[in-house]
Amino acid sequence: MIAALRAVLARDVTLAFRVGGGGGIGVVFFLAVVTIVPFAVGPDLPLIARIGPAVLWIGALLASLLGLDRIFAADHEDGSLDLLLITPIPLEAIAAAKGVAHWITTGLPLVVAAPLLGLLLGLEPQALAAATATLLVGTPALTFLGLIGAALGVAMPRGGLLVAVLILPLTIPILIFGVAATTAAVTDPLPFGTPFKLIAALSLASFVLGPIAAAAALRQLRD
Amino acid sequence: MALLDLANPHRFLALARAFIPTLALIAAVLLALGLVLGFRAPPDYQQGETVRIMFIHVPAAWIALGAYSLMAISTLGTLVWRHPLADVAAKAAAPIGAAFCLLCLVTGALWGRPMWGAYWVWDARLTSVLVLFLIYLGILALWRAIEDPGQAGRAVAILTLVGFLNVPIIKFSVDWWNTLHQPASVFRAGGPTIHPALLTPLVITAAGFGALFLALHLAAMRNEILRRRVRSLRLIAAADVEAR
Repeated sequence: MIAALRAVLARDVTLAFRVGGGGGIGVVFFLAVVTIVPFAVGPDLPLIARIGPAVLWIGALLASLLGLDRIFAADHEDGSLDLLLITPIPLEAIAAAKGVAHWITTGLPLVVAAPLLGLLLGLEPQALAAATATLLVGTPALTFLGLIGAALGVAMPRGGLLVAVLILPLTIPILIFGVAATTAAVTDPLPFGTPFKLIAALSLASFVLGPIAAAAALRQLRD
Repeated sequence: MALLDLANPHRFLALARAFIPTLALIAAVLLALGLVLGFRAPPDYQQGETVRIMFIHVPAAWIALGAYSLMAISTLGTLVWRHPLADVAAKAAAPIGAAFCLLCLVTGALWGRPMWGAYWVWDARLTSVLVLFLIYLGILALWRAIEDPGQAGRAVAILTLVGFLNVPIIKFSVDWWNTLHQPASVFRAGGPTIHPALLTPLVITAAGFGALFLALHLAAMRNEILRRRVRSLRLIAAADVEAR
């Protein structure tokens, strides 16, 4: 079973990198979102540095919503989803493996790009480190919550926007704790650890809930 | 009577026919009484006449939350027991719950303007109701996105349950977020206990709102059953034309 899951993971990662740039587009989108913020708020560096963690988090959140609808839809179109459904391996495990692959190809590049983009926003080194750490811990939660939306939108021809609308309200806690931990690391007297542990908890919880709900959705929609 | 008996749409429709006018009448009487009592209640010593908005605002919030809980229970019925009326109940409750949620937000904004000087403040409570409204809109969008009613019902069931698990987390995180940024909030945690003169109209209008919700919900369920019948008759008719 481990070998099969590793094969699913390797296949999805390979597909993501060979077809259409994979994580690259997400990072470019992230860069574009960060770039337009100074145009909107003005070239006031102290202000931009103050809202920097929030900008990084919003950019990462939007970028991670971008490719969600393709996680299962591509497999649905070429028929490989049917093969995955009839394998003896639990669909929950396959969904989890696909989620991990999606995080490696879209979430991880965002985390890697975050310090560079943070420099553009004039963040202090401490804030940079905190923002990167919270993104590293928080983006899996975004991916695994998004997995549910991806499964629900699998049969829809234009599911992209709908998936984003369904998932965005559910990601609010992650955004709140992510930005709170980052600002706590720099300015607030509050400890960094509490919100950071809460995002870690949310990530772990969504790692359990996401694949179960996604597998249930895939099975239900196939009936 | 067991819930299983209601699985027969005929029996349900007969029951709905009996209950809808009764519930509507109860709602009309209670709301009329609440309206009169609400205007005869003394103005609040701090908030003056605007406190009367509470008689609409608070019951609307209760119904918005209650409707979501009803949807969550119904969708559990869809997924676990495959009760044929469960997804009809969930579908019928969604737009009504969303409407009460919007009513709560709008009356809250109208109440906030004279009290806080702004239509909208990013208070924890307001924000979590707004997020609930967003979740309602997402559920409504998903109902419309999938054509087959059975398939749509099962997809929405999963989303509703995931949302139901998430609502307490959202509520907690939003509370946390707000107390973090505005320690000296204008809103007191407990607030003064409500005087009986204001509590009585509130309870009566809340009961009226509850009866109104049930009447609207049963009517919407009846309409949905009939709509599905029309749909299947149309499909049969189309198949007949095809066969000829």
